[in-house]
Amino acid sequence: MTVIASTPGRTAPASRPPRTSRRAGTGRLAAALLSPTLLVLALVIGYPVVAALRLSFQVSTEGIDPRTGFVATTSHYGMGNYATVFTDDRLLRPWWNTTSFALASVSLEVLIGVSMALVMHRAFRGRALVRAAVLVPWAIPTAISGMLWKWIFNSQGVANELLGTQVLWSSEGFHAWLSVVIADTWKTAPFIGLLVLAGLQIIPGELYEAARVDGASAWRVFWRITLPLVRPALVVAVLFRLLDVLRMFDLPYVLVGPRKHSVETLSMIAFNEMTNLRFGSAAAYAAVLFVYIAVVALAFVKLFGADLLGRGTRSEP
Amino acid sequence: MSTLSLTRLSKRRVSGGGGGGAWARRFGIAAVVAYCVAPFYWMVVSSLRRPADQFSNAPLPAPASVDNYTAAFDPHNGFGRALVNSLVVAGVTTAATLIVGIFAGYALARLHFRGKTLILTLIIAASMFPPIILVVPLLRLFTDAGWINTYQAMIVPSMSFALPLAVWNLTAFFRQMPAELEKAAQVDGCTPAQAFRKVVLPLAAPGVFTTAILVFISAWNEFLIAVSVVNDRHMMTANVIVSLFTGQYKYDQPFGTQMAAGVVVTLPLVVAVLFFQRRIVDGLTAGGLK
Repeated sequence: MTVIASTPGRTAPASRPPRTSRRAGTGRLAAALLSPTLLVLALVIGYPVVAALRLSFQVSTEGIDPRTGFVATTSHYGMGNYATVFTDDRLLRPWWNTTSFALASVSLEVLIGVSMALVMHRAFRGRALVRAAVLVPWAIPTAISGMLWKWIFNSQGVANELLGTQVLWSSEGFHAWLSVVIADTWKTAPFIGLLVLAGLQIIPGELYEAARVDGASAWRVFWRITLPLVRPALVVAVLFRLLDVLRMFDLPYVLVGPRKHSVETLSMIAFNEMTNLRFGSAAAYAAVLFVYIAVVALAFVKLFGADLLGRGTRSEP
Repeated sequence: MSTLSLTRLSKRRVSGGGGGGAWARRFGIAAVVAYCVAPFYWMVVSSLRRPADQFSNAPLPAPASVDNYTAAFDPHNGFGRALVNSLVVAGVTTAATLIVGIFAGYALARLHFRGKTLILTLIIAASMFPPIILVVPLLRLFTDAGWINTYQAMIVPSMSFALPLAVWNLTAFFRQMPAELEKAAQVDGCTPAQAFRKVVLPLAAPGVFTTAILVFISAWNEFLIAVSVVNDRHMMTANVIVSLFTGQYKYDQPFGTQMAAGVVVTLPLVVAVLFFQRRIVDGLTAGGLK
């Protein structure tokens, strides 16, 4: 009876398998199954990240080679790129754009997404229709949706007509910033809605029954039962969205355009440096973004206790 | 396991309401559907107008025309070729990712070994990387390697977001399958590897399929990598080329043509969403909740 190698720890005591050979066998199998994935991740993520960090410390200077008289690029390692990035006033603006996009979009998305989830949860007829509709914004490629919103926000477009305004939305300034927030919220609020809906569906109905018997108002039920129980799902959804907005590139790039101060994110300024072949400072901007995202993610997990792995480390009962 | 019965219970409770609540509910549903579909509807409507009516804001195209679609597929835009490029890049990325990721998903869901939490954490952390930090050094590397304007230059970096997504979803799906399956197979004398190949894999087909849809959609939507490593129109993906469409006059943005192309790029995904909505929702929520 040594065959039950994969029995979960909780039910195992009945027949504890002899440890040595099976354990080693499972470990070897796990290593064999996981190594392709880990190898690919090391190649496509691990190596580039290390290379980018190295690149960000590599300072290139163009000068005249005294012996040949030609222009030559020499490079050495140092803090030069970071010094440029941090002293240049070009860092603060993209950093603030990135941050304000994240704050504004994610707050709006949570409000709209939770409302959507509450509506969808109560929809017992037409559930399939709603679910299909909700997936439409998610399925449209971001670049395409950027163009769609650029068209909607065109000076002669439908947004101005509906609002009765003559705003030049996607040119520069606050309106451009707002158009990106609206487009991003439209596309991703349904995603939060879906995750929250899934969280709502596992709340036992008895809790609502009990609250009703106790005479709790609908508002009170929402704050005291629904929200606390849906919180784990919501926290994970918000974390995913937050990290996604912080690296945003294609939406402002297509909707407003490159090198626009009011919408340029850290990803965009790094991209811009890269396309101008200033790889060192591009890597430095990217590294700043990378560290920023890591800090936000860690702080978020610490503050809200996002249980990302879920019951990931445990087996199903 | 009690989830199902509980959902049913809460449904019964909800369906008990009626009267004024029913109207509020219907209004809510209509609002959600309108919110989600209206901009897409506008894209379709705009694409079906005659180019001369481009700036009309009427809710229906009258008279309707397919001129914008003809213009989108005009050879000088290279849109047809771009669709093929998108298909190749997204398709190969999906296939390669699944082949690699399926084993990892199984191991993480079923096998017990040291360091599993660490590996799960690594994989979820990997999915949160800003792609720009990968693209900067890779662009330099690909330039030196002569990979600029090749499919592999788009496919290889795409695996950085596709593989964590696939592994994460597959792990959730394998975990949902009853563990008794492999136990029975092992009692019958299969090794763990045989149990995986002969019992688990065939039964996991729906989960693998759902993961394939999710990965394909995310690869199809990719923009930053594609716009960085390709500068030849013949190798651009559809997303990139649509944003570069030029009109008759250089500075006149041909929105009608772009909307038509946008509909062509999006329609397969919307159809897939309509067909597989239940699976897609299961897959999307699997990462967050299971």
